[in-house]
Amino acid sequence: MSTIIHEFTTKIPVWRPRVQPVRLDEATPEQLDALKVTPSNTKVSDYVLVLANDVETLKVRTPLFNAIMYNRGGMGRAERELSAVGASVVNRCVYCAAVHASRYNQLTKDEQVMEAIFTDGEEAELDERQKAIFLFAVKLSKAPSEAREEDMQALRDAGLRDDEILDLILSASLFGWANRLMHTLGDPVVE
Amino acid sequence: MSDLSPDDIVITQAGIGAGGSVREALEGRADIMAMTQATHDAALKPGDAGGLSHGERAALAARVARLNEDETLAAHYMTLLEESGADEAIAAMADPAHDGEGNARRAAILAYTDLVSTHPRDTTPEDVEALKSAGISDADIVRLSELNAFLAYQIRVIAGLKLMRATA
Repeated sequence: MSTIIHEFTTKIPVWRPRVQPVRLDEATPEQLDALKVTPSNTKVSDYVLVLANDVETLKVRTPLFNAIMYNRGGMGRAERELSAVGASVVNRCVYCAAVHASRYNQLTKDEQVMEAIFTDGEEAELDERQKAIFLFAVKLSKAPSEAREEDMQALRDAGLRDDEILDLILSASLFGWANRLMHTLGDPVVE
Repeated sequence: MSDLSPDDIVITQAGIGAGGSVREALEGRADIMAMTQATHDAALKPGDAGGLSHGERAALAARVARLNEDETLAAHYMTLLEESGADEAIAAMADPAHDGEGNARRAAILAYTDLVSTHPRDTTPEDVEALKSAGISDADIVRLSELNAFLAYQIRVIAGLKLMRATA
């Protein structure tokens, strides 16, 4: 028996798909290549196996995701996670929020920021830079037209450089993508 | 580091000029912009389109751009729609006021697209079930979701770059 969870948490749930994942023993060579399945690595998540149904997109999306979240330079990794959480909170993707809030906590060794965000949302008490990043991610995620010049100006006033702002735009937008897969194609559950 | 493509859709749509601080930041992420272009091509013009034709994909993309009040991006997708040679029934899907006119498959695709593009937080298991009931395969549900999800990303990168440009 498993229960779908609806509240934000930093404890990572299990993701239960609403559509059929690709079966590894029936996967095409192209799917196996996109899944990076090797004889020594045959453990693939249900999420990735679901996405393998559209292998052409999966193949190009995985390196894009990794580049936006982990490439060197630009905005720090923890701040990219903060941006991902901003999007995931708006889109109510409990699974994505859990994964990226826990990564933020690991990177910063500070659990208070995520606690404040999960409790108070847009009213969360954060420092100027965190708040500017979080609120920009939230507004861009709600609807692109919600993010305005004054929100961009708040980023500049908080000291973000152009390369950092670009990484913020990319990571918040990327989670507009990820949330629309995770939250629509499956459910976060506890067993 | 690779160079930025002169045909990059996102950069063109955002109206980023040949010089300046935004262009400079983008040059630092030229690899990501090239990958963004590759995901556009995979979502809109895949080699194997499955049950979601190139024409339907372009029509849905124009619709989502309009739902997000981006007429310039919608015009890009209307060009793709024209190039696909799709019939009138498919072209009609590009209009957000069109609801499928009694065609169960198209109506289900449009309802799902409208919900996921504008209110993803409100999706429930029943929304995926509705697609299945309309005869849409699991693989095509994933293709449709990826298209929607890619568009959400692309539209937001363009909107963010426009704000950067405006405040540079």
